[in-house]
Amino acid sequence: MLQELGDKLDGVLRKLKGHGKLTEKNIADSMRDIRRALLEADVNYKVAKQFINDVEQRALGQEVIKSITPGQMVVKIIHDELAKLMGEKDVPVNFGNALPGVLMLCGLQGSGKTTLAGKLAFHFRKKGRNPLLVAADIYRPAAIDQLKLVGNAINVPVHAEDIQDALTIAKNGIDYARKHMMDTVIIDTAGRLHIDEKMMQEVKNIKNTVKPSEILFVADAMTGQDAVKSAKAFAEYLDFDGVVLTKMDGDARGGAALSIRAVTNKPIKFISTGEKVEQLETFHPDRIASRILGMGDVVSLVERAQETIDQEKAATLEKRLRRQEFTLEDFFDQLQQIKKMGPLQDILSMIPGAQNKALKNLNVDEGALVRVEAIINSMTTDERRSPHIINGSRRKRIARGSGTSVQEVNRLLNQFTMMRKMMKQMNRGGGRMRMPLGF
Amino acid sequence: MLNVFSKLSKGLAKTRAGLVDSISTVVRGRRIDDNVLDELEELLILSDVGIDTADKIIKDIRDRARREGVISETDVMTILKEDIVSLFVHSAEHAPSTVSARPHVISVVGVNGTGKTTTIGKLANRFQQQGAKVLLAAADTFRAAAVDQLHIWATRSHADIIHSQPGADPASVAFDALKAAISREVDILLIDTAGRLHTKANLMAELSKIHNVLKRHIPEAPHEVLLVLDATTGQNGLSQARQFAQAVHVTGLVLTKLDGTAKGGIVFSIARELNIPVRYIGVGEGIDDLAEFNAESFVEALFQ
Repeated sequence: MLQELGDKLDGVLRKLKGHGKLTEKNIADSMRDIRRALLEADVNYKVAKQFINDVEQRALGQEVIKSITPGQMVVKIIHDELAKLMGEKDVPVNFGNALPGVLMLCGLQGSGKTTLAGKLAFHFRKKGRNPLLVAADIYRPAAIDQLKLVGNAINVPVHAEDIQDALTIAKNGIDYARKHMMDTVIIDTAGRLHIDEKMMQEVKNIKNTVKPSEILFVADAMTGQDAVKSAKAFAEYLDFDGVVLTKMDGDARGGAALSIRAVTNKPIKFISTGEKVEQLETFHPDRIASRILGMGDVVSLVERAQETIDQEKAATLEKRLRRQEFTLEDFFDQLQQIKKMGPLQDILSMIPGAQNKALKNLNVDEGALVRVEAIINSMTTDERRSPHIINGSRRKRIARGSGTSVQEVNRLLNQFTMMRKMMKQMNRGGGRMRMPLGF
Repeated sequence: MLNVFSKLSKGLAKTRAGLVDSISTVVRGRRIDDNVLDELEELLILSDVGIDTADKIIKDIRDRARREGVISETDVMTILKEDIVSLFVHSAEHAPSTVSARPHVISVVGVNGTGKTTTIGKLANRFQQQGAKVLLAAADTFRAAAVDQLHIWATRSHADIIHSQPGADPASVAFDALKAAISREVDILLIDTAGRLHTKANLMAELSKIHNVLKRHIPEAPHEVLLVLDATTGQNGLSQARQFAQAVHVTGLVLTKLDGTAKGGIVFSIARELNIPVRYIGVGEGIDDLAEFNAESFVEALFQ
């Protein structure tokens, strides 16, 4: 996600950092390269131009010239301007005191509204709210069935009616929520073109009648230059409150995100990063700016770890490590904890320096984790607790049971032995040791 | 039918209005200097053609202006047209020959939300109207209600449909559909696959598997693989085309949602780099809102 833009900028920035002294010429050269990187990332032409102007002006100003490390200074300026472009602070969804709080989704066809509706319902329920989904897309074939299935899968009720009137469905949905003491309503509207006046009027009518606390514009992260046109039109009709970027798990460089923010001045509130219902992230502009510039995002990493790692388990693990009782069972537990944190590639992208070539080319094989799990699962309890009893015939059995090869079983056992040895040495050295990740 | 044409030209008119009118405004009555070229570059980039393609076109114009001194607005237009047509003419040679096998198998692929199912509905209707017997395969077993959506299109276009349980193996659905297509003596089999991001190796492997299973029965199948591309897509479209072409043998593009304000300029870059021709364009949600792509007339329309 956003990595390619990061890569492109990384090269330019490295060059800049290397200069002891900056001249107007090498700043101009860098700016040209950055402009190209932005355009290749689908940042809108005008937005890119403005961005370059802003950076260039500050870069030629006093603060840089007086600085001892002018290159670093320019990098900081770019970081700041990038964060500014994306909005400087987080703006969370605000339902206010409305009961029920109503959130309406709008956007072009195929931007991912229905999938997002499910994710938002899941998200808000995790936060302790009680959501209802409302199927107001009466146009696309089977859109209502889709929302019903999405709701079903996460146990969130769906209000749907077999009538050709989106406004009435929305109104009735809210009444239903009120009657059933549900505090959150998420309205899924049909995808529409921003130049389709009739359809834009329909969604405007829904807005004026049900007065949602929050309207979110859903945009595909892969959108090109046209993103600003559609976003502007939706903003004019609906004055939406925020933006959600979907399909951020692809290799889109996310320029649309910058452009939409810049032309509508509306904050990006969420990014959606996969087909699973929990793959929705709150958007933090400054952290994303750091990620783009390859500075990592340690804050998010730590948060994610705190959210998912079982503190109690971690404490017992630490004790066991000290007593040198670490077994394959513990190893398996750790794997589960890491897996809960999300795709490895995601986690890697948050580590400072992870943008560098060597790490990027390291193709994370999520399948390897699955195979390791299968191997451990194919062992008996005794084998997991005392791996030394695993002889040749046991290895063969485990390989067969897990659909792997004896070589793979051997490799895992060797790695495990190595880990144990390392831990012993560390304990002997008296070093404190926390949560070795095993990699 | 009249309705179709007017709708088509209306859809294209918006694309045309955007680029051509602006180009005329930029160029008319001015000497071709750096300012004009900058503005031209802006227009090309705003149409999503990508900075490399834009650079190449601008360079051609600049070279010519240098060689010949003053060049006129018409000259600029001619160069633009020639450059772009040459991209497409080249790629058009790669277009598959006309339908000969029976069943003629068309697999429709693409990332999420580009309009695969809608395109299949329109294609089915088109082929049915031409007198062909069409069968649809609901091989998107992943997205909620994708099968129901295809069912509705099957009814609308009077085509038959083969489907299975949600979550079933898509390759097995495709295989069943192929067997049914043979036994029912169907002319055209359209396979609807799940939307998948081109960066997900496992999902791309699944796509190759679907195709391999078809090949086991008919070595030439699928005879056509259409990659559906949303016209609003920016430079990422090139990455999509690259990855899909690597996983399966993509024979053509369908450019959808051209009834909006997006120009779909990324197809120029795709034609330039990958030689994949555009086969159809989508210009609306109606069953008739699909047209065969013709490079010459598309560019002609774009620059007239």
